[in-house]
Amino acid sequence: MTDSAKNLHTEQMVINMGPSHPVTHGTVKFTVTLDGETIDDLKVDIGYLHRGFEKMCENGTWEQVMPYTDRLNYVSPLINNVGYALAVEKLFGVQAPERCQYIRVIISEMARICDHFTNIAAGAMEVGAMTVFLYFVEARDLLWDLLEELCGARVTANYVRFGGVKNDLPEGFGAKTAQAFETCRKLWVDVDKLLTKNRIFIDRMRDVGTMPAQEAIAHGFTGPCLRASGVPYDVRKAQPYLVYDQMDFEVPVGETGDNFDRYLVRMEEINQSMRIVEQALARIPRGPINLDMPALRWQSKDDTYNRIEALIFHFKTVTEGVKPPAGEIYSAVEGANGELGFYLVSDGSGKPVKCRVRPPCFPLTAAMPRMMRGRLIADIVPTFDMINMIGGECDR
Amino acid sequence: MSTNVTLDKLSRQFPRSVVETHTHRGDATAIVRKDEILAICRFLRDDPELAYDFMMDLTAVDYLGKEPRFEVVYHLYSLSKNQRVRIKARVPEADCTIDSIVSIWVAADWFEREVFDLYGIIFNGHPNLKRLLLYEGFEGHPLRKDYPLKKRQPLIGPLN
Repeated sequence: MTDSAKNLHTEQMVINMGPSHPVTHGTVKFTVTLDGETIDDLKVDIGYLHRGFEKMCENGTWEQVMPYTDRLNYVSPLINNVGYALAVEKLFGVQAPERCQYIRVIISEMARICDHFTNIAAGAMEVGAMTVFLYFVEARDLLWDLLEELCGARVTANYVRFGGVKNDLPEGFGAKTAQAFETCRKLWVDVDKLLTKNRIFIDRMRDVGTMPAQEAIAHGFTGPCLRASGVPYDVRKAQPYLVYDQMDFEVPVGETGDNFDRYLVRMEEINQSMRIVEQALARIPRGPINLDMPALRWQSKDDTYNRIEALIFHFKTVTEGVKPPAGEIYSAVEGANGELGFYLVSDGSGKPVKCRVRPPCFPLTAAMPRMMRGRLIADIVPTFDMINMIGGECDR
Repeated sequence: MSTNVTLDKLSRQFPRSVVETHTHRGDATAIVRKDEILAICRFLRDDPELAYDFMMDLTAVDYLGKEPRFEVVYHLYSLSKNQRVRIKARVPEADCTIDSIVSIWVAADWFEREVFDLYGIIFNGHPNLKRLLLYEGFEGHPLRKDYPLKKRQPLIGPLN
């Protein structure tokens, strides 16, 4: 048997998966060189969603970048908002008021939960579990309803401002969140029952796309995919920002770094994020949500119309943009996919000289060939799902 | 400050190559000469007291009008020391090349391709230096400051 298999004459075949293929959410092309069903080589072709994010940023004011950040990782836009605002605040050397920091933690974690819901929902659907998709999309929608109430948009939030946020939490936000979380937890338990011990799901996920810790680090993995490999690196713990150091939460880690561990890590992170949101809602102090710094934060409409100084500041900051002192900073937050870094260079004018995003899914996507060589073509689907490449973020 | 351990060590190890060091808003930065970037990166990764095992980010900045025109910027992170450092290497337009660090951190592969694509900086020794985000046949490098904002280069039909 083995001899005949060895001597069997096979021919390599090159096939294209994508750019528009049901599993390549976002748009990405795999050029797969196959020997039978085994992958000999895989080339990843990205850039189909490249919109020139940096070029646009360099030609707009600092504030005008905020809506663009929504369109990076569009599954968790609020984390991008928070990350960018924190970066600009670091450039200014200021910190947002405490209440604002709590709000930012709440929305970041809600965005993370939405991201993980979407990832697991789509991932499970693509290996055949349609029910899971419906359950988690329902759960995500409950949170999106809350976010819509908060900032008026479900996806393109544009909610965070330098030194503050657009508006305070709406009336009854805490109670509604508690209610939504109750349903989310029920759906979580259902999905857990459907997937975690599911023979088919385990067969598709276990030992597929494995990355040992050392290699994951060398490839620049961060976020759930790095933690699945057993490295407990989380920016929220390693270099706490906002009020994460006051929150009680665990960082789940996996053992083998395969797709199943990535799934488990994300499932547990949903729970931990809910814990953080609940703690933050319970402890959120009263107080201002915006920094009182007219050169940074736009004045309220009331002030703008009734106070001459506020009108002048409004006019200056709208027409010229806020002007951070010259310098450069790198600021990182824990995005849903890993370390979301902003590298900003200012020359003291109203426009960024450089507004670089370190997209967390970029190195993950780059490692696809490493994870897929020698595997079966069917393994591309679950692996690509679990690294959670988001076109807007990867291609910018 | 503790981040200065890195800068001190680096300056002592490479006195000729480290042009300048500073810390701004807590970010430690070393500006180095591009010739020795490979040795510097290897030192940062392999020195047990530094152990920068993550190549977090690699990008470039175009300072049009200044000389040297470009800066290639590396952001490194050490997991065991929980430290970050920024290394910048200046690249003149006339000699728009720098050594590739893919041999040190494999993560640099796509990052360098992106910088090549958008800034036209050539990374010597890169295993596969091709455009990443844009298509082959695209003319120019759009993140250069002298690339017009509204220039259009539509791609019509398949590439052959």
